Amino acid sequence: MEQLSGIINYIVYFAITAGTYGILSLGLNIQWGNTGLFNIGIAGFYALGAYTSALVSGPPPSAWDGRIFGGFELPFIFGLLAAAIVSGFVAFLIGVPTLRLKADYLGIATIGIAESIRLVLKNESWLTNGVWGLQQLPSPLYTSIHGGTKELLQQHTALPGWLHDLVANSYNWFYLLLVLGILFILYLIVEKLTRSPWGRVLKAIREDEDSAAMSGKNTFSFKLQAFVLGAMIMGIGGSLYAHYARFISPASFKPLYGTFIVWVMLILGGSGNNKGAILGSFVVWGIWAGTDFLTGYLPFSATQAASIRVIIIGILLEVVLLWRPQGLLRRERRSKTFL
Amino acid sequence: MDILARIPQLLVYGIISGSILSLGGIGVSLTYSILGFANFAHGDIMALGAYITLGLFTLLGGWGLPNTPFAPLSFGLSFILAAILSMGLTGGCMILLDRVLFKHLRRAGSIILMMASIGIALGLRNILQFFWGPQPHYYIEGIQIATRIPALGIRIKPDQVFIICTAILLVVLLHVFLQHTKIGKAMRATADNMDLSRVTGINTDRVILWTGVIGAALATAAGVLAGIENKFITPELGWQMLLSIFASVVLGGLGNIYGAIVGGMVIGISEEISTAFVSTGYKPAIAFIIMVVMLLIKPAGLLGKGK
Repeated sequence: MEQLSGIINYIVYFAITAGTYGILSLGLNIQWGNTGLFNIGIAGFYALGAYTSALVSGPPPSAWDGRIFGGFELPFIFGLLAAAIVSGFVAFLIGVPTLRLKADYLGIATIGIAESIRLVLKNESWLTNGVWGLQQLPSPLYTSIHGGTKELLQQHTALPGWLHDLVANSYNWFYLLLVLGILFILYLIVEKLTRSPWGRVLKAIREDEDSAAMSGKNTFSFKLQAFVLGAMIMGIGGSLYAHYARFISPASFKPLYGTFIVWVMLILGGSGNNKGAILGSFVVWGIWAGTDFLTGYLPFSATQAASIRVIIIGILLEVVLLWRPQGLLRRERRSKTFL
Repeated sequence: MDILARIPQLLVYGIISGSILSLGGIGVSLTYSILGFANFAHGDIMALGAYITLGLFTLLGGWGLPNTPFAPLSFGLSFILAAILSMGLTGGCMILLDRVLFKHLRRAGSIILMMASIGIALGLRNILQFFWGPQPHYYIEGIQIATRIPALGIRIKPDQVFIICTAILLVVLLHVFLQHTKIGKAMRATADNMDLSRVTGINTDRVILWTGVIGAALATAAGVLAGIENKFITPELGWQMLLSIFASVVLGGLGNIYGAIVGGMVIGISEEISTAFVSTGYKPAIAFIIMVVMLLIKPAGLLGKGK
């Protein structure tokens, strides 16, 4: 039983991360799955969201910080909203010059913006504390939930060990609900939007931009809207990550974890399908976590094991592209379910 | 005044890094013009070539091949031999990748190919990291003294002269190849219009093969030269330069080989000169900003034809 509660607590932790990735994947699905925008700078918007939220809701600079600005200690919800707004705004700025161009250019430009954002985070210590990152970020309602659980456990000392462990993990349970709740709300919004006339224009652009333009649609404007909306959702993902990890640094937003794995999630799950986007994030994160477990048994060093895991994810991507390009859940043909 | 006095020296550094970026950029541009996609694995092909060179160098040393440095350079026969062999071997790896993967995805379109190349990029880098570890491996031990040229106000090392000369030599060879050999002409025709070339009887499969080999061989040269300049190589070597390489290629005109050379020089020099004014940490961002400005003004690039 003791072991079981350990496993359950691990699953909770696992699902929080997978759920956060689900949000990123959902954001990418608007851009790539629905509109065909090749954004490989997800990490940039993810980082922007995390840092914005940390600066809005986080603590002011401490004595040993390199930073002299930020940390307004506003409630979490303001951080979350600010994260979405800032990510969306930057997406707007980058989208205006690049969305008129071919997909190749957008790809190169977005990976460039992601790396540039990371350089700013690294170099502008006055705002971001440089490579040391932002620490001791608040988790929403942490003191009340954690304190309340502690009190409860002190009152009920006779609880069996496994139940004690599960209850003691209450904050993670709460955060899981928060992440899944936000994921669900975003899913409903995205689902509604992509099935609306607006979403049908996006799909028309994905299939054939010229004919969409010929039908009188301002394709540039629609692409920009989709790009900004996707980036806002990615920013929300960043905010949720920051307030759970409670520590962020430029190293958290490297292309591998920030961008590549999200792409594998969406492509494996099924690009163009919102359920697929979420499914993919859980499956791929499951494989990722599983390989961590497996490589532990192999006679390799920690860095070698890490390399093997990335190679496995890389092979997974190529296999999906070669043999199941539509992903686990193919995109739905009909845009309205009741027809 | 102090800043101005540094400019000639920074210009030299810029030409050195521009030579390396140009060699890397040619491969990206070739792939783009013939296969129609931006190959994100190109940086890691550079790193692969640099590591294969390292492996061969160790192997040749084991066979007792002499490596007495060609004075005043800091490396000798077996190193140069290893690099040349590695150019061929890396080209072979590229053919293999094309046969196993890219060939089957060609019909799926350029974006899927780009996506696949990102997977290859991460895979290759981690294969290198698996075998050699993330730590730097030294190409060259010891310090080479730079020669001062007071008339120009610069200092330059013999190795750096070698880098610039090798880059020029390779570019000239490529030019001769493209302009005067049959396969070179076929490559230019295919880049211009693949369907028409196929109709005229050009074996486009062979052209694609050659594209991969030449791109990978030049990438290897770029990786090795970067290793000589830095004295060491890491698995991240190519990835760190990829953004600047893309910037050069876009600047010169995506798909235009001569544009890649010009673009590489402009980006290399701008990056180095920028260090006189902004923190060195922002070097890759400088390349990116130049690229975005270019995209705003003339998306076809410096030497590109506006379509």
